Amino acid sequence: MYTVRLWSVTHSRKLEALYRTFESTLVRLHPLLDRIGYQRLEKPVRVVEKAIKGFLFDCQMCGRCALSSTGMSCPMNCPKSIRNGPCGGVRSDGMCEVKPGMRCVWLEAWRGAGRMREGGAIHEVQIPVNHLLEGSSSWLRVVREKAGAARGEAEV
Amino acid sequence: MNDSALPDPVSPPGSPLPEKPGHVSLGRLERVLRSGKFAVTAELAPPDSARAEDVYDRARVFDGYVDGMNATDGSGANCHMSSVAMCALLTTVGYSPVLQISCRDRNRIAIQGDVLGAAAMGVSNILCLSGDGVQVGDHPEAKPVFDLDSLSLLETIRGMRDDARFLSGRPITSAPQVFLGAAENPSALPYDFRPHRLAKKIAAGAEFIQTQYVFDIEHLRRFMAKSRDLGLLEKCFILPGVGPLASARTATWIRNNVPGIHIPDAIIARLEGAKEPKKEGRRICIELIQQIREIEGVSGVHVMAYRQEEAVAEIIQQSGVLDGRVPWYPGCDHQSDPAASAGSRSIERERVES
Repeated sequence: MYTVRLWSVTHSRKLEALYRTFESTLVRLHPLLDRIGYQRLEKPVRVVEKAIKGFLFDCQMCGRCALSSTGMSCPMNCPKSIRNGPCGGVRSDGMCEVKPGMRCVWLEAWRGAGRMREGGAIHEVQIPVNHLLEGSSSWLRVVREKAGAARGEAEV
Repeated sequence: MNDSALPDPVSPPGSPLPEKPGHVSLGRLERVLRSGKFAVTAELAPPDSARAEDVYDRARVFDGYVDGMNATDGSGANCHMSSVAMCALLTTVGYSPVLQISCRDRNRIAIQGDVLGAAAMGVSNILCLSGDGVQVGDHPEAKPVFDLDSLSLLETIRGMRDDARFLSGRPITSAPQVFLGAAENPSALPYDFRPHRLAKKIAAGAEFIQTQYVFDIEHLRRFMAKSRDLGLLEKCFILPGVGPLASARTATWIRNNVPGIHIPDAIIARLEGAKEPKKEGRRICIELIQQIREIEGVSGVHVMAYRQEEAVAEIIQQSGVLDGRVPWYPGCDHQSDPAASAGSRSIERERVES
């Protein structure tokens, strides 16, 4: 929902902290999740993730969540799905060039990033969306990657 | 096209320049910029026709005044002759076009194929754009693609050039040697993020920048000052965009209907008060070019004279930014050429000298 989406950007710092706790908890639970099987978890987690992120961010389930790097403003809501915005067409009132009734997603991203502890991530270049991941859980993918990386480091 | 206009088989005018250290491309635009000369590029509007001569007619009006011409890629989301095809026609006779690639109409498979094809046709410059939304054009019902955005497009082509690999990692046997450009808009919100976005574009591979129209010189000054503070001016060549406004009515229409173009009231008032608004528009453009030239870190200008292309030569001439230089153009090697004999300007022979 549009108003909730704007609220989330305003509260980007709190959501950032919340997500960080959530993510590290899941990473700690990795052995358990691994035992249950990520494959088996995919469907229920996907449903929950879609419901929560859909409500808070109008998430489109691109499968490669960039919210931490985009001030909690989902770039997939940009009509040009620009992952490295804003484009040059932002209207002088801050509205989107394609949808004049909507604030530019990237103007919002810049606002949200300014409030976040690690908002500097907005300066990193985002790689193109992997369309094979569309519809899959970003949470599980990140947890699996981070747990894998941590294990790799421990082995070194 | 008659036979005499075809390239000479011994030294085809479109043949690439010899490789030069520190240069990524074999094109003239990069040479002019790296040599520290004030460069001029112009936007070439593509025809709505299937006739090659229409492209040459449009290019010819810039002869002797520009170092490169941008072949737009469905600008404003309107359908025209493709940028790749225009560039192929232009390089055949030796022009130095800038291929514009918009992410709106093609996915990563099509775009990478176009990059190889264009480079094979002698294209040395590519401007990477996200593109306008389909809604603003003549086919609003079309499917917007936007598989990549301008930054990931830059990274993709840089990877093709420097690592000789497609985005997939598959190797390319002969890498495209292209000079990479991007756009920026100093007059669009959020102003304070724009220089940071320029930094991102440079990080992604941008070597030159052609900006959206600049009518508010203060916006550009602030943008350039911040870019300097971020240490960006040594890392890329910046060519601010300019263009003549035909009348106060046109200016007002553009301001109200084309997102991202900011025209200050003072300029509209000047056009309103002018006896000959068209001339006044050109005068404003000339003044802007002269002011832009004085800004630290500016490497040239990009002239977008939509429906006033014939005025570009005069605007550039009167602005004096070429300092008597005549950029190379097909046929300029012949003595009888009007632009060559017109003044004391010296024709550049980068093709031969370098």
